[in-house]
Amino acid sequence: MACENNKLLLRAYFDGELDAVRSVEFEEHLKTCTQCSQELREQQAMRDSLRAANLYERAPEGLRARIRASLPAEARPQPIPIPRRPVLEWLAVAATILIAVFLGARVLPNIGGQRENLVAEEIVASHIRSMQPGHLYDVESTDQHTVKPWFDGKLDFAPPVIDLKEQGFPLVGGRLDYVDHRNVAALVYQRRKHFINVFVWPEESKTAKLPDVQTIQGYNLVSWSHDGMHFCAASDLNIAEVRQFAGLLEQ
Amino acid sequence: MRDEIRAPGQAGGFEEVVLPHLDAAYNLARWLVRKPQDAEDIVQEAYLRAFKFFGGYQGGDARSWVLKIVRNTSYSFLEKNRPVELAEEFDEKIHTDVVEQPGAETALLQSADSRMLREALDELPVNFREVIVLRELEGMSYKEIAEVKGVPMGTVMSSLARARTQLRAQLIRLRTKEEQGGLRK
Repeated sequence: MACENNKLLLRAYFDGELDAVRSVEFEEHLKTCTQCSQELREQQAMRDSLRAANLYERAPEGLRARIRASLPAEARPQPIPIPRRPVLEWLAVAATILIAVFLGARVLPNIGGQRENLVAEEIVASHIRSMQPGHLYDVESTDQHTVKPWFDGKLDFAPPVIDLKEQGFPLVGGRLDYVDHRNVAALVYQRRKHFINVFVWPEESKTAKLPDVQTIQGYNLVSWSHDGMHFCAASDLNIAEVRQFAGLLEQ
Repeated sequence: MRDEIRAPGQAGGFEEVVLPHLDAAYNLARWLVRKPQDAEDIVQEAYLRAFKFFGGYQGGDARSWVLKIVRNTSYSFLEKNRPVELAEEFDEKIHTDVVEQPGAETALLQSADSRMLREALDELPVNFREVIVLRELEGMSYKEIAEVKGVPMGTVMSSLARARTQLRAQLIRLRTKEEQGGLRK
């Protein structure tokens, strides 16, 4: 049982809902409060068991196809032609575009931000899913010369694969993943009992630029670009170690 | 400018926005109604509804939007076919009456296996099962869960706390039962 005063804080902390400052404050409290740290251990034990139990029920084969077939025909991909418009209407369209561009220049940074949030959330979701048994890798190998060729023909780019075993972050495998509307490479590294997923995809003009460091639901994300590739490392490891790892990989 | 407008199957259209969340949709329905065939029917119906309302989708978190529809479809299904399950209350007095012994529980919770967890979660009332599934299996934030359930974030926090207490009690009960069963043999 958590101590009465900190019940709410403990829950929010456990669920990664506290901001950085209050997390640090609560961690200070944890050092001295045996009640709270005991409660946190129990909650963590239950969460670990839940995650290890593989309770996620994926949609059965065929459901996707059945849903596609049941949707009205217009749901399926096909361009809808617009009838030709007279000149005046085109002028109106042009004016609308001008206004939109003008407004867009003011509003767009926010929209861009929203999209990055979506990508970051996708990455966290992929990371969480990968932690469920059997989802971590498609190719299980500690050998970079096995992992790298495995991606051949599965992606339209060749992700750089290096092992960091000697630096304490051994490579354990790789898999295909899907982020920001494209297939990406996910490389899996291990640190003690924690896993780090590194998502790699080529930078394009439309690639969302993720913040260098961010924390979502308690997971730490570090992003960077190098040689035309975008990288995002996600893990439940503490932020310092994720940054250290990113630094090693970047070199 | 091209002579076409955005069709539902194109970038940002229904297929691209809604279909990727099919696993999440099925997982939620499957845990809410507990029967695979019912879950499939519900997801299919929810997707038809989603398609119908897609015009009203304003962008934003598509997964929450889809799951909200799946949730409502599941609850309507239960209301119509198994109203008893919606009325189910967990007897907190009996079930949470466990001896608080620091440390002992941690080991017990760690040793719970997949079958036991499934059983424990299955036996929770539907609204508690729901928050555990959204938080722990789907990894959603309080804000996202609040959106799916259509309740304030504070309500999410308190039902999550109660759900966890009950899940824990349930696990301990199952575990103790098993140990006693083992002893009798």
